[in-house]
Amino acid sequence: MAHEATMHPSEHGHDQEHGHESPVVFGFWIYLMTDCVLFGSLFAVFAVLRDQFAGGPTGKELFDLTNVGIETAILLFSSITYGFGMLAAQKHNSGGLTAWLGVTFLLGLCFVGLEINEFTHMVSEGNGPDRSAFLSAFFTLVATHGLHVTFGLIWMAVLMVQNFGKQRFTERMMNKLTCLSLFWHFLDIVWICVFTFVYLMSVV
Amino acid sequence: MAQAHLTTPAGESHGSYGSYFIGFVLSVVLTAAAFAIVMMHGMSPTATIGAIAALAVIQVLVHLVFFLHLSTNSESRWNTMAFVFTVISVILLVGGTLFIMHDTSVNMMSR
Repeated sequence: MAHEATMHPSEHGHDQEHGHESPVVFGFWIYLMTDCVLFGSLFAVFAVLRDQFAGGPTGKELFDLTNVGIETAILLFSSITYGFGMLAAQKHNSGGLTAWLGVTFLLGLCFVGLEINEFTHMVSEGNGPDRSAFLSAFFTLVATHGLHVTFGLIWMAVLMVQNFGKQRFTERMMNKLTCLSLFWHFLDIVWICVFTFVYLMSVV
Repeated sequence: MAQAHLTTPAGESHGSYGSYFIGFVLSVVLTAAAFAIVMMHGMSPTATIGAIAALAVIQVLVHLVFFLHLSTNSESRWNTMAFVFTVISVILLVGGTLFIMHDTSVNMMSR
């Protein structure tokens, strides 16, 4: 098995366009797995500290499920729009790619905006990360996800600009788009765990 | 194995409009179900937590299959192996942390 896997790049390196995954994409996948462990640690911290309120507000008093629902819907929509962008890229449809990435970018921006709005609202009421262990864990976990989304947006903007240059639809460009696709869908998976284990479970 | 590679249509492992749409609809249904269960207060807290945790696991699987195109075919077998290893690590990490910290706090009488 290992032999077969290592033979892959040299044997089939030339037919990238036939859907073979490049070592770059596999390497990026390994990075995502380490990111998964990072989020796993933060979820473990949150799970341990979720009832350490230090006399401060509980999740039930703080969380607005409507806002969380909107954020969830936005991220889910952005996942499918990025998917459509990838399909356009595979057909070398430049206009389609730019349009779908643009929509994804705007949805991601709305998500980050809503999250910043939620955080500033909480901090302005004195319920910042310094209020209790529960809130420290909450802000660390959710803001780490938000930072990932922010960096994903920067990356997306860079790719949209590069797509107008010489790199358009080269193998290298397709690898970059595939990596960002994995990153973006991965963040949506992390968000599923966030809205379930952080928001919904605190409100139960 | 080589035969299987050659007969795989180009781009199959990257999904299609259909597969993205199926994944999207399933995700919407699963998300709506989780929010509805919590907002309607129809079940006991323990049952609610069990139900939304189960829905989250199913939705993660839906995303992996329909959006990340993870599968057991030779294209993505190594991705899947790395993922399975990571999931085991994370389960040990989270489960072990909860077990030890719960035990500690019980013995320290902090809760």
